[in-house]
Amino acid sequence: MSATSWTWLVLLFPLAGSILISLGFRSIPARVAGVIGTGAIALAFACAVAALVNLLGQEPDARHHASSLWDYASAAGLDIKLGIYVDQLSAFMMLVVTGVSTLIHLYSFGYMRSDEGYHRFFSYLNFFVFSMLLLVLAGNFVLLTVGWAFVGFASYALISFWYRRTTATEAGMKAFVINVVGDIGLVLAAFLIFREIGSFDYGTVFAKAPEVFQSGEWTVTAICLLLLVGAFAKSAQIPFHTWLPDAMEGPTPVSSLIHAATMVTAGVYLIARTHVLFYLAPTAADIAAFGGLATLLVAGTIALAQTDLKRVIAYSTMSQIGYMIMGVSIGAYSAGLFHLMTHAFFKALLFMAAGSIISAMANRQDIDRMSGFWKAMRFTSLMLLVGGLALAAFPLTSGFFSKDSILAYAEARGGMYAWMAIGGYVGALLTALYTFRLIFRVLPGRPCEEAQHLIDSGELYHGPPINPATEEEEDTDVGFPGAHHHIAEQSWPMAVAMALLGFGALFAGLIQVPGVDNVLFGFLEPAFLDSPLAEIHPSVGAEWRGLAIGAAISLIGIFAAWVLWVSRPQLPALFRERLRPVYLLCLNKWYFDEAIDFLVVRPALAIGRFANSTFERIVVDGLITGTEDTVGGAGRLVRVVQSGFVRSYALLLLAGFAGLALYFLIVSS
Amino acid sequence: MNIEWYVVLSSLLFAIGATGILIRRSPIVILLCLELMLNAGNLALVAFSRMVGNQEGQVFALIVMVVAACEVVVGLGLIVAIFRRKLPLDVDELRELRG
Repeated sequence: MSATSWTWLVLLFPLAGSILISLGFRSIPARVAGVIGTGAIALAFACAVAALVNLLGQEPDARHHASSLWDYASAAGLDIKLGIYVDQLSAFMMLVVTGVSTLIHLYSFGYMRSDEGYHRFFSYLNFFVFSMLLLVLAGNFVLLTVGWAFVGFASYALISFWYRRTTATEAGMKAFVINVVGDIGLVLAAFLIFREIGSFDYGTVFAKAPEVFQSGEWTVTAICLLLLVGAFAKSAQIPFHTWLPDAMEGPTPVSSLIHAATMVTAGVYLIARTHVLFYLAPTAADIAAFGGLATLLVAGTIALAQTDLKRVIAYSTMSQIGYMIMGVSIGAYSAGLFHLMTHAFFKALLFMAAGSIISAMANRQDIDRMSGFWKAMRFTSLMLLVGGLALAAFPLTSGFFSKDSILAYAEARGGMYAWMAIGGYVGALLTALYTFRLIFRVLPGRPCEEAQHLIDSGELYHGPPINPATEEEEDTDVGFPGAHHHIAEQSWPMAVAMALLGFGALFAGLIQVPGVDNVLFGFLEPAFLDSPLAEIHPSVGAEWRGLAIGAAISLIGIFAAWVLWVSRPQLPALFRERLRPVYLLCLNKWYFDEAIDFLVVRPALAIGRFANSTFERIVVDGLITGTEDTVGGAGRLVRVVQSGFVRSYALLLLAGFAGLALYFLIVSS
Repeated sequence: MNIEWYVVLSSLLFAIGATGILIRRSPIVILLCLELMLNAGNLALVAFSRMVGNQEGQVFALIVMVVAACEVVVGLGLIVAIFRRKLPLDVDELRELRG
């Protein structure tokens, strides 16, 4: 079988799983639904591996194939196919998505066990994987938009999964609205591309783009900026990032899969996919890189002040995606994607560990209440530590190699980009700080009440069910989190998933060690040969120098976190006191929510209210009432004649005819 | 005979019919008066036809008769329906259709 056939199968399995579970939810037992959901994704992963093996059997230059099942529209110069495009980039994304998804499905199999919406959850999750695969495999901009929008919907449905929780439904709507703004950007970009090049097909567009566009021409810059709107909205980059922290209202596996490992990296994929256009629009590429840099710094500072376990990790996700966006925008395509992969491993792992801890805390997410989990949950703590080390780029973990390969490229490109590398190192320090702030507050110390309960009785603490965001009590009925919680120590599917990801988080970086091996870049680079930027390679010495700096920064950050939150716990309070404005700025997320509320939401509401109170009442209503009054008045006038007396009608008739006769007599004489 | 006589007779018949419609309230009488008016018209048509010397007027008269027959059927049907529903046979009382 050819690579494209395997790829069609990759698309088919999750879709079939989703349809099967959603149609058969009455007759399929819950556990079977979980098995079907997980099995479908595992099969998709197997097919993705088969496709990869097939690709590897070909010459590196010939590893791109397009295939289409049928034509949607083929008329008047329009040629839209249900087609996929398989090359190194999409094969890589396909592998990451299906691989991580399989493990997260396995984790959900245990984690969501007591939830009333078990079928619904797996059906949505499979649908999400299908949409994400459609996004990365699409062979033209139309199908890309379809996948893009499907993914937005799946994200909405899963954030609002506990649909009787008001905070969750509101977060879902917020995510959906902001994502739709991004969709509009993408659609407009596709229109512009079609207007200029006359095709939606990837192959045609990227082949013709260098002939059609001059470098830096306004049309290609506009196209890239519109693509960026889509990418930034989906990848939660400033200023479209406010939905991501709120999206943590969804179940933890969802945060892990969609809002850490896969969906939010769609923007990175988009920029990497359209790198030909971005090379022609250097301004747009620089804007993207600065956006990424700004996000990675801002999100890093916000993460330092937040106290919600999942939100801290969410901000760290934004920050790490900032690295990737910066990487693929400045030309470090393979490095950006490398970081995407390692990030998928360690961030999914971090969320899984966080989910396990939140379960032990009876759904509470406030890190101020947590301590001493090292004694209560050894395995989860170990996994949290592994994920944290990889995130903080501890030497020889996966994040260490991937983050530094982006920064080394930035340095090698020189000029302004070298300064970006310095910004990236500052971000790395922040990353190490907030990661280990989290770990040092949750793991060591005297066990908190919940952890002690777990140590003493071996059973999970059960408080009254509450909404972690508002502390309000709530039900455990359908539409709310289930009554029971599950931790990795007591559920083998969760433990297996976490152990495998932990292995990836620790060792995945070893496939791409500068000067030692070149597995990933060697595979990916032929896909980016059409951009001269891909030919810039930092020397092995420079890379190792960067790695050394990265290692030092990571260790300094971890040490600083240890000083601040373990050895001298009075210091953070002192800093909060002294640097109160900075602290408040970070605590309030740099007031982005308020700014967007003030700049976008309020004016839109004001226009709406004006339209309702003034325009609607006076102009629209005026037109309608005016017409009605005219017709009604005329009717009232004529009504008088309709007396109901037949004889008066007859008289009128006669008088009328007599009048006519008289008239003709006078005229004719 | 001179044509004037026919026309005068026809006009008289028409006027009598019209007056009947205007002053009488019984639907049956009104129907009779309508017939009278139609036949006044027929008379005029036939008279003119003879004066001019072709048959077109007579054909018209025949058509008017057919129309009159139909109209009587409908009118009498209405009257029977009014009677069956025990409504007053008085057109001034039957004025629910006023605007």
